[in-house]
Amino acid sequence: MQSTEQTTETIAVAMSGGVDSSTVAAMLCADGHNVIGLTMQLWNQRRLSGKEGMPESVQGRCCSLDDVYDARRVAQQIGIPYYVVNHEERFERDVIRPFVAEYVSGRTPIPCSLCNNHLKFDQLLIVAQQIGAERVATGHYARVAYDEARGRWLLKRPADASKDQTYFLFGLTQEQLSRTIFPLGDMTKPEVRELARRHGLALAEKPDSQEICFVPGGDYKRFIDAYLAEQGEGLPDTAGELVTTNGEVLGEHGGIHNFTVGQRKGLGVATGSPLYVIQISGANKQVIVGGEEHLYSRTLRARRVNLISVDDLREPMRVAVKIRHRHEPAAAVLEKTGADEILVTFEEPQRAITPGQAAVFYDGDVVVGGGWIS
Amino acid sequence: MRRIYLDNNATTPLLPEVFEAMQPYFGERFGNASSIHQHGQQTRAAVEDARESVAALLGCRASEIVFTSGGTEADNLAIAGLVGAGDHVITSSVEHHAVLLACKHMEEMGAEVTVLPVDGRSLVDPDDVRRALRRNTKLISVMMANNETGVLQPVDEIGRIAAEAGVCFHTDAVQAAGKVRIDVKRIGCDALSISGHKIHGPQGVGALCVRKGLRLQPLFYGGRHERSRRAGTENVPGIVGLGKAAQIAKEVLGRGDDKKMAAMRDRLEQGILAQIEDAAVNGDGAARVPNTTSIHFDHIDGEAMVIALDLKGVAVSTGAACSSGAIEPSHVLVAMGLRADQARASIRFSLGKQTVAEDIDIALALVPETVARLRELSPTYRKTALSS
Repeated sequence: MQSTEQTTETIAVAMSGGVDSSTVAAMLCADGHNVIGLTMQLWNQRRLSGKEGMPESVQGRCCSLDDVYDARRVAQQIGIPYYVVNHEERFERDVIRPFVAEYVSGRTPIPCSLCNNHLKFDQLLIVAQQIGAERVATGHYARVAYDEARGRWLLKRPADASKDQTYFLFGLTQEQLSRTIFPLGDMTKPEVRELARRHGLALAEKPDSQEICFVPGGDYKRFIDAYLAEQGEGLPDTAGELVTTNGEVLGEHGGIHNFTVGQRKGLGVATGSPLYVIQISGANKQVIVGGEEHLYSRTLRARRVNLISVDDLREPMRVAVKIRHRHEPAAAVLEKTGADEILVTFEEPQRAITPGQAAVFYDGDVVVGGGWIS
Repeated sequence: MRRIYLDNNATTPLLPEVFEAMQPYFGERFGNASSIHQHGQQTRAAVEDARESVAALLGCRASEIVFTSGGTEADNLAIAGLVGAGDHVITSSVEHHAVLLACKHMEEMGAEVTVLPVDGRSLVDPDDVRRALRRNTKLISVMMANNETGVLQPVDEIGRIAAEAGVCFHTDAVQAAGKVRIDVKRIGCDALSISGHKIHGPQGVGALCVRKGLRLQPLFYGGRHERSRRAGTENVPGIVGLGKAAQIAKEVLGRGDDKKMAAMRDRLEQGILAQIEDAAVNGDGAARVPNTTSIHFDHIDGEAMVIALDLKGVAVSTGAACSSGAIEPSHVLVAMGLRADQARASIRFSLGKQTVAEDIDIALALVPETVARLRELSPTYRKTALSS
């Protein structure tokens, strides 16, 4: 584990005010490192509160004053300098806007990966270096290791498989990985809480956050409505036809952003056999529905690919591929089909391959790379 | 590590003499200044002595001083105390939020508000003030010195305009007090705000000088303290501290220490500009208080600069801090016409009475290397360097 290295270095810890990153700060501090606590202010939760059906008050959410307060109290307790850095503009440009645009065009985005790629391991790393910290530590459950034989930095799954966050980290470059420490990679969540208790951290029992940090209550449809209304843009009219896989028009739908591939409820049509959303066509605003058997597919194309354990795919490669956060990696073969495109062919057809999500490739515990499902 | 404090516009260290003057009022001299008995008489005398010292600093009568909890309350008292529904207020876009947001609140309560623009040096044009006057104009509120740039507004001229029009004039002198001479008669203002902790006095105390005879609606209701202008038992240790700080500020200005401070500030400013390219003073060319310089360094993130310098022991600041501790681009710098990236790349250095030549030497050694490192790691700087 990297945190037990004997040398002392200056490390910036990305502190969210949660148990994981707070424990990281306490651990590194106890190991004798010069630790600097940084919290990224990414989104003003009060901005949309009370608008378009959004909750009036939001508590304990990312970037809320409560979380900043918690992070600052931990920093004071363990005696490290602590700063809040504002990256709201960049977050809105690189995470919120693409998130909204993806939904409006019928895809199902993962903002956490965008945030990791554009904010946490980009902007924060720059700030860390600017203020004299060569590396950044976070509370992610993942492992980083340098592979001498390949001459590459590897991203690996953590000891606690149930907390594995590598799916959201597939976009990390070699440069970013070389400057990143994940001190919790060898620990389980209960061990982390126990360590937090031993360090006397008051937030050792603070509940985990599960939902998307800027969408309080997890109601992303309301969030999109409120955001577009605030921007004076209004939701584009994406209402259209509900069509079966045979081309039969079953009726109308209220907008493609209300649907996600694999969805069964809320289709607004009654038929004998259960219907699922098979495909969302942004171009002609059609939602294509069909029986469950149509949900299965053997191939996908990943674009905007980032490779980690290898520098290129010169020949087909056998891997396991994860197509959503809670998906058991499935055996597949990768084939390069373009400068920035990989064809993934699964051994067994996979259910509900969803455009906008990431496909992340694993070789055992090692993340080979990943891309965005197109 | 030697720590250098160059953020005296945020707050100043308490002078030892001030601390000493305050101490008895935390101990044996505990009386309520409104009490009849000897305990009360003792603290009453101390409060009135302090009032005279503050009046002497500002050139007003002692009875015109209202003690408050600080500059923010003084500003709020002046604005909410003088303006009502249907009245018109004129203010500027570079005021402190204590003034701007108080005016905004009065707008919500039915007042009309004109916020005047400023030029590239952050100066209000007195002609703009004249043109903004309306039949129902009740108050003009324009600051004396800006907290971020140190630029001095033409308050004497604005005071004359107000007097001619028969309109009240309030000036927020929180950042001017102790740095330049203040004479409320010369300014011709009806109300003037100051704060204790900006003049090496304690935090939590300030004063509003209100012209005799001017009716002021109080902010709080309660006892008849401060001639019914500010209810609540006096903060005696704070008031004593403010009085002592005001007395010292007057003496120091009389000795011409402001010129020494200006020389030190100029050495810092010139030294930085000589060593660092693509840097410029915000408000350059305007008259400024002697302790402040605000400089933008292209292609740096001011926030990272403040953190980097803090970790090296140099305390400076960028724009106004918001509640979470994160920094938003300064409304003052944006109003002056700086691009958002320049506003975000601005650093304010502000000197205090405790600042010595060695502090400036250290700052001059550390600031250029810090800017160089920030630029080296700035994606936009690298791009510009490659394309040029």
